[in-house]
Amino acid sequence: MTAIVDYGVGNLFSLSSSLKYLGFEVEITSNGDKIERADRIILPGVGAFEDAKNKLEKTGLIPVLTEQAKGGKPFLGICLGMQLLFDVSYEYGEHKGLSLIGGEVVRLADKVQGGVKVPHMGWNSLEIRKSDPLFKYVKNGDYVYYVHSYYAAHCENDTLATSSYGGISVTGAVGRGKIYGTQFHPEKSGKVGLNILKAFCELQGETK
Amino acid sequence: MLAKRIIPCLDIRHGKVVKGRNFEGVRDVADPVELARFYNESGADELVFYDITASFEERKLLSDTLIKVASEIFIPLTVGGGINTVDDFERVLDCGADKVSVNSGAIKNPALIEEAAKKYGDQCVVLSMDVKRCDGKFMLFSKGGREYTGIDALEWAYRGQETGAGELVVNSIDTDGVKSGFDLEMLAAIGKRCHIPIIASGGAGKGEDFLTLFREIPAVDAGLAASVFHFRTVDIKELKLMLNNNNIPMRI
Repeated sequence: MTAIVDYGVGNLFSLSSSLKYLGFEVEITSNGDKIERADRIILPGVGAFEDAKNKLEKTGLIPVLTEQAKGGKPFLGICLGMQLLFDVSYEYGEHKGLSLIGGEVVRLADKVQGGVKVPHMGWNSLEIRKSDPLFKYVKNGDYVYYVHSYYAAHCENDTLATSSYGGISVTGAVGRGKIYGTQFHPEKSGKVGLNILKAFCELQGETK
Repeated sequence: MLAKRIIPCLDIRHGKVVKGRNFEGVRDVADPVELARFYNESGADELVFYDITASFEERKLLSDTLIKVASEIFIPLTVGGGINTVDDFERVLDCGADKVSVNSGAIKNPALIEEAAKKYGDQCVVLSMDVKRCDGKFMLFSKGGREYTGIDALEWAYRGQETGAGELVVNSIDTDGVKSGFDLEMLAAIGKRCHIPIIASGGAGKGEDFLTLFREIPAVDAGLAASVFHFRTVDIKELKLMLNNNNIPMRI
């Protein structure tokens, strides 16, 4: 079973539907025991970093999430859920993340060329930087759907894929062991996104 | 590279897809779920559902349709029509919509844009506007283009952006249903004033109209149309290949 962490942030309908559509068992939950028992964990999220981090803290789930992720259970953060994996975010101040992957989350508007629109919204092509089981069914140049105004920087060693936007390489996907993050929304990226979710759900944990 | 988007719009009434000419004389076309499947297979980059009458009973039909579509189609879905309150946002987001488009509801209560953006994020709020030339100025109309508001459309678009709209749908009443191309002059004017993504609507009659749109107005991010796609005058798959061959970045 795949646990989708419910901490009151974002719309989980499409994410859970996409996993069900692929034939995987899924549970939207904020129950620590269920998360411990799950075969894999997905941390979704939209909105602002600070608000999401506060809400996640309120659930009391942070210790179990980090323990499970560090213990080798496949873990996927999506969009803001990916940004939460890093050390720090500079979205309206300075906020600590979960430090599961090294790096920081910075403002896109400070980095892109002048006149380029922020948020980075729409379909952009993936430039795969590292081959990884996550991309088992995906090829270089495939399009995925992004909506975001901040992005992960200084995480080159763990970067799996990027997308070009406004003169910079936006971090699209990261991975360290079985801990993954995608800035784009696989649940909104058509067949390509479904294939990424399928590959993630086929990963086996190291401890079970 | 960021692709330009092709977006079919499904105008829905009584749970069925309809399309009119200059918003009048609507006629039934097809089952929305079936059409959504077809568009998804053809490579549509997003789907827009527009509830054109939005009465209380019909909202239930729309919710059922949305849930069905969102359970099997995994591309961005936008819903508009009858959105007047933050509760209306919640109603359609709960059925699987990703973005909500406001039009007359924001004219009645401009604070709605900011309230919704604070609760759901800018990316969720689409400001849709029906615009028509009046004495050499672009003016805003409400209620599906029927009612003159006296509001300058460029000011309205800018104000929407500043209060939290994440995207603009600019529908030209002057070119809607005429099938002689998008309203380039109007879109250029809005593009000059705003920096959020712009979706052009109204006037597409053939594939070349999209090519002209993206070539002439770089500020436009997406082209939206209904009847040319419903009646298969333009096939989305062929359209995207043609645009791609003409150096317009497309998700193929």
